[in-house]
Amino acid sequence: MSALLAFDNVWLEYGDKVVLERVDLAIAERSFVSIVGPSGAGKSSFLRLVLGQEAPSRGRILLDGKQLAPECGPDRGVVFQRYSVFPHLSVLRNVMFARDCAKARFTGRLFGAARRRAAEEAEAMLAEVGLDDSLHLYAAQLSGGMQQRLAIAQALIARPRVLLLDEPFGALDPGIRQDMHRLILRLWEEHALTVLMVTHDITEAFKLGTRVLAFDKRRIDPHAPHRFGATAVYDLALTRKLPLDTPDVSVSGITIDRVGNNGQT
Amino acid sequence: MRWVNVRPNRRSATALGAVPMLLVMVAYLFASAARHAANASDKVLPTPAAMVAAMRGLLLDADPLSGQVIFWADTAASLERLGLGLGICTLSALLVGMVLGVLPAARATLGALVTTIAVIPPIALLPILFIVFGLGETAKVALIVIGITPFMIRDVADHVAALPQEQLIKAQTLGASSWQLALRVALPQAMPRLISGLRLSLGPAWVYLISAEAIASDVGLGYRIFLVRRYLSMDIIIPYVAWISLLAIAMDFALRQLSRRAFVWAHQMPR
Repeated sequence: MSALLAFDNVWLEYGDKVVLERVDLAIAERSFVSIVGPSGAGKSSFLRLVLGQEAPSRGRILLDGKQLAPECGPDRGVVFQRYSVFPHLSVLRNVMFARDCAKARFTGRLFGAARRRAAEEAEAMLAEVGLDDSLHLYAAQLSGGMQQRLAIAQALIARPRVLLLDEPFGALDPGIRQDMHRLILRLWEEHALTVLMVTHDITEAFKLGTRVLAFDKRRIDPHAPHRFGATAVYDLALTRKLPLDTPDVSVSGITIDRVGNNGQT
Repeated sequence: MRWVNVRPNRRSATALGAVPMLLVMVAYLFASAARHAANASDKVLPTPAAMVAAMRGLLLDADPLSGQVIFWADTAASLERLGLGLGICTLSALLVGMVLGVLPAARATLGALVTTIAVIPPIALLPILFIVFGLGETAKVALIVIGITPFMIRDVADHVAALPQEQLIKAQTLGASSWQLALRVALPQAMPRLISGLRLSLGPAWVYLISAEAIASDVGLGYRIFLVRRYLSMDIIIPYVAWISLLAIAMDFALRQLSRRAFVWAHQMPR
């Protein structure tokens, strides 16, 4: 299988601090990759690299065989744990945003027939995530779960090659999280998505993923712990998934991330 | 019940708020009556009747020299200077603040300059403004602009720069260019902040206006107050000060309403 996203000996260093070292990965199209690991193991840095917020200090990241520019672009969609919707726009305009950007370079918003077409498309997308009855609410008025649904719809309408999820369900109540799991799996299948999801929650990682990457440091120098970086120490391809209704509650105590770096990007 | 838990409802809060104001007025009336009992021609604490009599001339009769009704001419002149000054401030604060907030490179280039200008006490620049612009309207408007714009620029720039990074990243993954990012994401979210910055600036703006008018002018609310001070005309000064306060309150109210109507999402949203 040809890799959609390939990491070729990727390093990320800040000065003499090594965050990621020797990351060699090939991520197949249509896979759902869960990324777990303790705090400070570079999960978020890894996602930032894919997103293009940062460039690797060594090595290459290839998307569709082309090297990634160190800038965010519409080929990679993202949903963060919080703040990834625009509070000052209505739900509908939030989803139309990608179309506005693509087709109205100077005004930043569409008018007339183009606008109606974009609105119809956006409405269809919103119906898929179950927000079709809140089209005209401001995003600021939505609950946390609804905001995440909106953020997903907003990202999907741009048809990204890769969808990046940075602890997308971490701030939600357990019941709502279960609904969101169903939603994201359905969308993953229907839209033939390739998903990279960073999570704290091991159950979630195994429930949703087709492949689980565990990031950690391979070696630690006790005198200079910053000199060794993290990499994918376990790479598990999952043939059988946990059932979707696996309760979170019983295992919530053993998520590896004890410190909790929620909200860090 | 503990004192900290006594919360007045809306109506009683309004009533409670009115009590101190009424008390101040009543105290004034008593003090004024006492002074007039001792000296019938007292000028320091004029009675309400004396204020009405003094203002009647300014409000109703045209000035024989200029042919204008002095009170309204003063009001129009002051409001024109204030409006012009605040307008220029708001526009330039929006423009520069947005650029500084959105573009890190612009912030690195101009941020220090704006901060430096902001710490100069504007009144200290008034002589320079008079020398450069003369004693006309320009110097007065310029004082307001110089006094307020740096604060408003910094306020808008800080607010825009503090927008969640996630939003900016998200917009870029949806294909937004720098221009679209500024226009669709940063600008709308800067507007409520701009208005609240403007509301906060109203007080200083009045200070600069009245200072400039007091020093060199021939019409204006501040000019009139400082003119009649020579005759100890408290019966004119007090109504003028009350009028200025009323104008300030009305502007503040109007701006708050504007912000609430135009930017519903920014006000009391249930999460």
